[in-house]
Amino acid sequence: MSEELRVKTMEEFVAQGAQPEILFWVGSAGSYDDRAKKISRAFVKILNKANVDFAVLGAEESCTGDVAKRAGNEFLFQMQAMMNIEVLNAYEIKRIVTCDPHSFNTLKNEYPSLGGTYDVVHHTEFIKELMDKGKLSLEGSVYKEKRITFHDPCYLGRANSVYEAPRDILKKTNATIVEMKRHKKTALCCGAGGAQMFKEPEKGDMDINVLRTKDALETNPSIIATGCPYCNTMMTDGIKAHEKEDSVTVLDVAELIANSI
Amino acid sequence: MQYLPNIIFAIALVFGIGFFSKNVKKLSRNIKLGRDVTVDDNKAQRWKNMAKIALGQTKMVVRPIAGLLHIIVYIGFVIINIEVLEIIIDGLLGTHRIFAFLGSLYDVLIGSFEILAFLVIVAVVVFWIRRNAIRLQRFIKPEMEGWPKKDGNLILYIEVVLMFLFLTMNAADFQLQQLGAAHYQQAGAFPISQYIAPLFEGMNIDSLVLLERSAWWLHILGILFFLNYLYYSKHLHILLAFPNTYYGRLRPQGQFNNLEAVTNEVKLMLDPSADPFAAPAEDVGEPEKFGASDVMDLNWVQLLNAYTCTECGRCTSECPANQTGKKLSPRKIMMDTRDRLEEVGKNMDANKGVFVPDGKQLLDDYITKEELWACTTCNACVQACPVSIDPLSIIVEMRRYLVMEQSAAPTELNNMMSNIENNGAPWPYNQMDRLNWVNE
Repeated sequence: MSEELRVKTMEEFVAQGAQPEILFWVGSAGSYDDRAKKISRAFVKILNKANVDFAVLGAEESCTGDVAKRAGNEFLFQMQAMMNIEVLNAYEIKRIVTCDPHSFNTLKNEYPSLGGTYDVVHHTEFIKELMDKGKLSLEGSVYKEKRITFHDPCYLGRANSVYEAPRDILKKTNATIVEMKRHKKTALCCGAGGAQMFKEPEKGDMDINVLRTKDALETNPSIIATGCPYCNTMMTDGIKAHEKEDSVTVLDVAELIANSI
Repeated sequence: MQYLPNIIFAIALVFGIGFFSKNVKKLSRNIKLGRDVTVDDNKAQRWKNMAKIALGQTKMVVRPIAGLLHIIVYIGFVIINIEVLEIIIDGLLGTHRIFAFLGSLYDVLIGSFEILAFLVIVAVVVFWIRRNAIRLQRFIKPEMEGWPKKDGNLILYIEVVLMFLFLTMNAADFQLQQLGAAHYQQAGAFPISQYIAPLFEGMNIDSLVLLERSAWWLHILGILFFLNYLYYSKHLHILLAFPNTYYGRLRPQGQFNNLEAVTNEVKLMLDPSADPFAAPAEDVGEPEKFGASDVMDLNWVQLLNAYTCTECGRCTSECPANQTGKKLSPRKIMMDTRDRLEEVGKNMDANKGVFVPDGKQLLDDYITKEELWACTTCNACVQACPVSIDPLSIIVEMRRYLVMEQSAAPTELNNMMSNIENNGAPWPYNQMDRLNWVNE
């Protein structure tokens, strides 16, 4: 992407004596993972287009500790949480948006009892909000002929009951939205959660992402949409395992929207 | 001598209920072996959950066939218990069909009991076929071998026998009423047992009375037996589903608890004014154990969960790890927890109420590390449970023990965690490069 993105850090805001309306929590995947970085960029393109006054923490952001907590390392999680909370509270952050359902869940549900209470939204909820307020409108033709199926990330769906926002904004692309047999509450995990992303799976007769991709392929989609950088990696690998990378692509909801504005 | 049956009945009742109460005490003691946890928030929502999920069976019907059949058996048992009330009064007072004075209402009651009894038999037969002939996947998983499989079938056999005894009793009664036998006044409607009655045609009154009395006695003794069978069986759920759905989690499924003991230590570590060399305060006891390696390290709600589990396997059939052939089965986590808790309880019974270490624990002896590390924490098991059991919380508690007490995480996870410690990300990248994505 050669397009110039406008991204300001909290530090810069403070230097100008200003406060952004929302903080974009990029997350470790969104900052370092090659695939997820594209999602961060796509989301910023949307924020820029809608003229959202947002900031990032940049080098002051650190891992939420989510993955350490799921792995059982409560110590490391709370260390990370308290350091992040110190930064967030010092900047008097009120509202946070993130493209990662794991950061979303942890910031929203697990930080408050440690002293960090914020209004946390997932990027699909925020995009929907921008659309509802009339700040963002789509061309609506790019994906018109496409069939899109949405894979519910566990930590967005089951964990926090956000099912409609991603679907609502996908409908705006005018693509045909098809549901997998197991979706929403009964959606199958992509296999990355609970720190599985960072280790080899236990012995079994199949990988979870291959099974989940099979669910998706049964809907005969041209695009598998997700709202999580880890799901994205898992589903992309799954597509390769099924040798469908020529006919099916995996895209984040933010990318679909960014390509439609 | 004429009061002999009443006396025998009273003795049977006292023994049956007494023995059950003794086991309930044991059950309650075992559950209280768990760590304390306060669950007194949002009572209104908790009552609502109990009414909806346990009483209203809302999560059962997610699977329509099993759900419908289950509702038949459930309603059958709840309603037919009104009949048990009559049987108990009759047994104690030596009366016969004491509620007969209700007249046509009584006819309606007995008639509906009969129809329900018939439907229960049908449902139970289908259940048996699902378990033994169709052999549905979730009923033949490894953890179901042996006693759990027998237990499941035994419950079905007992239910069928009880229903047949009830209908036989009514059929004989109906026949006696037709013959105008003494004490057998015209009472009740017999929409089902009237079709059994012809089998008894030609029998004299004495034989019919013997048949009716035998069925009556076997029916009530069977019920007392079944009541006492509960404690030794997965069937405890018929009682425990109610408290379990009340105490079930209200927080979003993604929200794991924050360990308070850890919070205190982390705060101390991050406090710049804390003196690292300060002598500990006088009354510092044994440092709290992080996570769980045995049942006593779990909290009492988790132990209640274990006793409530009826091994239906909906959790396991929804588990992504289990579906892809991994050893993890959320149902087995619950079954293991209960088995170990029972073992600890028996140990206490044998040692005057004190647990004598037996060199065993829940971790490794029951639940292996391989099972624990296969979990994706996706919450599908929690979502699937029709009675609000949370197997995931036990898995996480045991991972906490492995990581924080034993440093026994898989190597790749240890690498990931040291990356977070060193550079604030699960990958080995420089924290100063966090914003590079903007210009790439």
